[in-house]
Amino acid sequence: MRQKNFLCGCAVLLAVAISCVQLAGQSAVQESKVDVRYEELSKVPEKYRVKQNPLIHDPEAAKAGGILFEEHCEECHGAGAIGGRKAPNLRAAEVQAATDGTIFWILSNGIVRKKMPVWSKLPEPERWQLVSYIKSLGVRDAQTKPDANH
Amino acid sequence: MTPIPNSFLFLIRQGLAGLFLTSISTLLLAVTPAPAQENPYFVAYDHNLEEPGSLEVETFSDLGTQRKGHNFVSYWTEFEYGATAWWTTEFYVDAQSTFHDSTVFTGFRWENRFRPLKNEHWINPVLYIEYEHINGADKILKEVEGHDVESDYAPPNSLLLQEHTQELELKLILSSNYKGWNFTENTLAVKDLSNQPWEFGYAIAAARPLALKGASHKCNFCAQHFIAGVELYGGLGDRYSFGLNNTSHYLAPALAWNLPSGWTFRVEPSFGLNDQSHQFLLRYGVSYEISGFGRMVSQLFTGSK
Repeated sequence: MRQKNFLCGCAVLLAVAISCVQLAGQSAVQESKVDVRYEELSKVPEKYRVKQNPLIHDPEAAKAGGILFEEHCEECHGAGAIGGRKAPNLRAAEVQAATDGTIFWILSNGIVRKKMPVWSKLPEPERWQLVSYIKSLGVRDAQTKPDANH
Repeated sequence: MTPIPNSFLFLIRQGLAGLFLTSISTLLLAVTPAPAQENPYFVAYDHNLEEPGSLEVETFSDLGTQRKGHNFVSYWTEFEYGATAWWTTEFYVDAQSTFHDSTVFTGFRWENRFRPLKNEHWINPVLYIEYEHINGADKILKEVEGHDVESDYAPPNSLLLQEHTQELELKLILSSNYKGWNFTENTLAVKDLSNQPWEFGYAIAAARPLALKGASHKCNFCAQHFIAGVELYGGLGDRYSFGLNNTSHYLAPALAWNLPSGWTFRVEPSFGLNDQSHQFLLRYGVSYEISGFGRMVSQLFTGSK
């Protein structure tokens, strides 16, 4: 009888342990699912992360960046940068919280293995104009409809 | 049998041409254009590959002078597709018309460019491999290799068409973008698959947009849409006689106009630098970039949206 109780107790403990491991695994997967689209932002070297936007005081920079965005980025990132079929929402908190230098580095280097092209063919000032535009948009949920003016 | 009147044939031809142009126009209106930012090069390649899923349709011509023969116009059409962000594949069809001679189809080419490094560097290598199946009448001069000289192009098409070539062409492209400039250097090695020696060539080029900042209003004629550059290219002999002896070389200023509507126009006068070179070549062409072409084709076959 005592042996039976001991075996039952072990079985319950094992079941609880397996459930805990599964739950931990699931939450880890969920966490990685949340982060995976923006994980490249954390891989930008510190040297480039702290780079200042030279056009930060240029009032026309975001406007010009908007035109460039429409021409080169909208096809993948969607109107108003809220995400499209192929590329993520650039108005997510992760992107909007990133430094100008971080976004500039991602633009300049692309994420080639994940189909984001290298945009170094655009001259540096145009890439900074794109950064100004993206940062001017502010945080917005991908589920909501894009702004009419973007 | 009653012969068909010439006027009726003319009408049929006009109708078919109209149908063809309408189909092309409908296709172009139905697709999403992608404004390109193409350098003006005709011979040299830089490290900027086609965006994934985009198709660029390009048609170019090359008007060439020919001593001891007739001048010519060669044409080639390219279909350039961005398979991934690190691989661009391209298919060419070539033809030429020689004045006072004939118009002939001269072959096809299949080219692939691979970007081995995932990040942008000071110098960015791209590996290039191309298979060519062309005949001796091919005059597009897309590259100059080995001991290619002007006199090779002088015989009549009937003679040139008898020669058939299958070649494997390898290039190492080293390209940099610096302060708005693009600098590129291409080293070329070509192997004729019929037991001919390796031949070599080179192309170096530089280009820069006329303005580095984008305008804050939409425009077609803004300086940012014009890219000016210059190319220098030529042959370097073959495995047994490497060097500049009996080779041809060209210097070519070039200009590209990249329209926001997706069209790009290019022109490049080339000047021969020695007696073995054509004295003058005028290259010109137009291209149109279709964004999301891969997705459209995928939807066509899978029906998914």
